[in-house]
Amino acid sequence: MPATTSPQTDAPAFDAEAFRADFPALQQDIYEDTPLVYLDNAATSQKPTAVIDRLDHFYRHENSNVHRGVHRLSQEATDEYESARQSLTEFINAQREEEVIFTRGTTEGLNLIASTFGEMTVSEDDEILLTEMEHHSNIVPWQMLAERVGAEIRVLPVNDRGELEMNRLDEFLTDDTALVAVTHVSNTLGTINPIEALIDAAHAVDVPVVVDGAQSAPHLPVDVQALDADFFVFSGHKMFGPTGIGILYGKHEHLEAMPPYHGGGDMIDEVSFDGTTYDAPPHKFEAGTPNIADVIGLGTAAEYMMDLDWTAVQAHEDDVLSYATEKVGAIDGLRLIGTAAAKTSVLSFVFDDIHPYDAGTFLDRLGIAVRTGHHCTQPLVKRYGLPGTIRASFAAYNTRQDVDRLVEGIQNVKSMLG
Amino acid sequence: MPGTDTVSDRAQEIVDEFSLFSDWMGRYEYLIELGDDIPLLPDEHKTDDNYVHGCQSDVWIHAEYDDENSVLHFQGDSNAKITKGLAALVIRVLNEQPPEAVANASFDFLDDIGLQDNLSSQRNNGLQAMIEQMQERAKTFRN
Ligand SMILES: Cc1ncc(COP(=O)(O)O)c(C=O)c1O
Repeated sequence: MPATTSPQTDAPAFDAEAFRADFPALQQDIYEDTPLVYLDNAATSQKPTAVIDRLDHFYRHENSNVHRGVHRLSQEATDEYESARQSLTEFINAQREEEVIFTRGTTEGLNLIASTFGEMTVSEDDEILLTEMEHHSNIVPWQMLAERVGAEIRVLPVNDRGELEMNRLDEFLTDDTALVAVTHVSNTLGTINPIEALIDAAHAVDVPVVVDGAQSAPHLPVDVQALDADFFVFSGHKMFGPTGIGILYGKHEHLEAMPPYHGGGDMIDEVSFDGTTYDAPPHKFEAGTPNIADVIGLGTAAEYMMDLDWTAVQAHEDDVLSYATEKVGAIDGLRLIGTAAAKTSVLSFVFDDIHPYDAGTFLDRLGIAVRTGHHCTQPLVKRYGLPGTIRASFAAYNTRQDVDRLVEGIQNVKSMLG
Repeated sequence: MPGTDTVSDRAQEIVDEFSLFSDWMGRYEYLIELGDDIPLLPDEHKTDDNYVHGCQSDVWIHAEYDDENSVLHFQGDSNAKITKGLAALVIRVLNEQPPEAVANASFDFLDDIGLQDNLSSQRNNGLQAMIEQMQERAKTFRN
């Protein structure tokens, strides 16, 4: 439930305006005299000065390859790179740094798990349990795996409000289930899934669980030990970090048992033409020269987030979401999609008689950046019988004023197109 | 009166019409009006063959060859008004033109009608896909 914090309660204050000032991209007019209202944070967030400056500093002063140079610069870059791993370890409360592997993002993390752990654990006639609200990134790699090994995909349905039908879990979590892959938070509906309950249920029958944390890492405190997730993957670019970098967390025992994903430099113990032995995790999974600058930038983003007062941030985010839900939900001729009891930071809606693409185009021209379409969740959008939705997704720098601009924009769209 | 005016005449006409509006809202309203004015595409022509892939909205373009006058007839429809307006613009310049003229048509005029900020996102509105499909069709009728 979005906390119904009213501004006069003594919820710890979060100064969203001051926070917003950290983000240069938010300070621009996107069309002539039209300031940007950025409401596409579920796709990617804007970057704070701290992260931008960190990247700049790396390339100006520290640029060097890691893990191989004896020279000073390379040692510094290696230290910074590994210190970013430390920050991320702390960010998700992993037990050890070796459990944190740098990837290109959520998508690569899921593909890596499917191709390595999946190959090991899923065999013919096994079932892989997904949910109806998964992002394509958490569908396609499993379909590819299922096809390779002859397994079957099962799909836990969602109800009309956009909540998983947990009461039907018994039907779907069967003796044949070999693996569960589920999103923590839906990028289309904003639903926060009862991930602990799912993990407990799966573990009770010895089934490992992969969690897609792309939408939760930016908004919820993540504690992989408390969750007891087997794998937890997310992207840096949705949590104020750079693009093309992300995290795969895996329990150390799994990572040790898994074969490498890519072969190449930096992941070996010893190579001869008779055979190769691999380095230990995490390096086993980080073949080739990594995305050094962006790893370091992501470390900065994680530090930046850990410096925030998250109780206050969440109270603010909940306030903006419930304000938006109330204001947008009250508009005639429009319907909210995704009304789960537990939600974060996403407001999806459709008009009775205006195509999402038309609405999105006009909102854009009014300076309001929203996403329209199926949001890479085609099965979910089909389940609601829609051509797509209009999605406003919020970050901590969004305010009630942004919501007011959105509402005003929607009114304009209605009068132009309705 | 097929073939009496060229693609570029019609394109110029459209640019002139759009230049009468001083603000983007007027131009969009006009674009939508043009879309509303094109004849409805009968459902029998909303086939997979006529479906334009690459749009966020659904678009169909139907082409027929008029043997007698050696020109192409186009009809189009979309469930999104902006896309339908764009279809109307493209149809207006290409309709009842010989296949050769359709295949070689230039669409530079789209840059000059004052909607360029959005028209430049051609991947989203499928404008480019629409144009390519019409030109591909035209090539099949060229001898
Ligand atoms: C729930 C979810 N999973 C996976 C992804 C894919 O993330 P990325 O494109 O960063 O790999 C996204 C982002 O679009 C997402 O929202």
